[in-house]
Amino acid sequence: MSKARAVTEASFKDDVLDSEKTILVDFWAEWCGPCKAVGPILDEIADEHGDKIEIVKLNVDEHSQVAIDYGITSIPALKIFQNGKVVQTIIGAKPKAELESDLAAFIG
Amino acid sequence: MREIIIIGSGPAGLTAGIYAARAGLAPLIIASSVEAGGELMNTTEVENFPGFPEGVQGPDLMGKLQEQAEKFGAEVILDDVASVSLTGETKTVTTGFSGTLEARSIIFATGSAYRKLGLEDEDRLSGHGVSWCATCDGFFFRSKTIAVVGGGDSAMEEATFLTRFANKVYVIHRKDSLRASKVMQERAFSNERIEFVWNSAVVGINGEELIEALVLEDTVTGERSELPIEGLFIAIGNDPRVHLVHGQLDLTVDGTVAVQRPSSKTNIAGVFAAGDVIDPTYRQAVTAAASGTIAALDAEHYLAALDQAAAADAHAGDLVSTK
Repeated sequence: MSKARAVTEASFKDDVLDSEKTILVDFWAEWCGPCKAVGPILDEIADEHGDKIEIVKLNVDEHSQVAIDYGITSIPALKIFQNGKVVQTIIGAKPKAELESDLAAFIG
Repeated sequence: MREIIIIGSGPAGLTAGIYAARAGLAPLIIASSVEAGGELMNTTEVENFPGFPEGVQGPDLMGKLQEQAEKFGAEVILDDVASVSLTGETKTVTTGFSGTLEARSIIFATGSAYRKLGLEDEDRLSGHGVSWCATCDGFFFRSKTIAVVGGGDSAMEEATFLTRFANKVYVIHRKDSLRASKVMQERAFSNERIEFVWNSAVVGINGEELIEALVLEDTVTGERSELPIEGLFIAIGNDPRVHLVHGQLDLTVDGTVAVQRPSSKTNIAGVFAAGDVIDPTYRQAVTAAASGTIAALDAEHYLAALDQAAAADAHAGDLVSTK
């Protein structure tokens, strides 16, 4: 599982919506195998591009209202937020090279 | 250079790893970065793997198989194969992060990928109500009305699993009978939340932001109808993953890698194939494991024969040089 900082329903506004940084939220759950597989890849991206994008994770089981609010129906779902708005969504576990190319606009 | 590189880490790849490792060949298993463990990583209870009368969770079984392979000296890396070059005595495998690796033999066990319906809106609504992983996504369909399309064991397992969350699960099938095993069929038939929609093909998926309805076509009368749903799980089968070996290995009419049965030999010496990638018919964890065993034993014999030939050559050389 990813080492990323966990955000919660309570902290979502402060940590994500009001943040001045570009934030990638990894919507995950314990029962989701592909979520566990993508975790370490997100850690690597955070290590390499942490200056450009902050990666956080949200457990959909514990904070399901946030998942409902953002219309999540498949995980892993990665949503990129800028100025409180979703600017990109990536669904499903992908190898690092593919994720990096999907995120090129942010980590370039 | 490695003796054996195994591409794939499902039951076939990991069992090949156990046998090759026990033969002292220290195999390298390239497991994939995000699909390590293969298809069973997305299943829950596996009830038909021999030796587990209480059943075993798919990910637990795969973890055990990997542990067993590593215990005997297999090395597992979470990397993806970009390309392979199989001809000649030295085979090369180019990976995403570990560079280009060399081996004297290859076991190709890449399994199969979920088959898509092939509809225009399928990709667009993927993650917006269209799903391929019931264990991952069932949670999001609590108290909803959803559909599973397919008639095999996977479709029955998913439908039954999804009734833990959904109020109503339609099972949509092209025919009027199932190819699923008896026990899986009966479990689905007796589940009050499951309703079968027979002789129906999904020909359209409607919805703007989220899926709203399916367009069904009656496979007998051709009549079309709309079925309102909030989620769709696709379980219509799998296609062998052969893109890496296109143009190098011979394929069968089913699209699987052709092997010289009962062996696992492909058309290229030193290249063996195992598991779902050679099996359009049975596709069970235990048949894949058995197939991985065959591939490891074939590879072991191949390497031993090469070594023997090399030793004989060296010996012949000695005799000549001492004259």
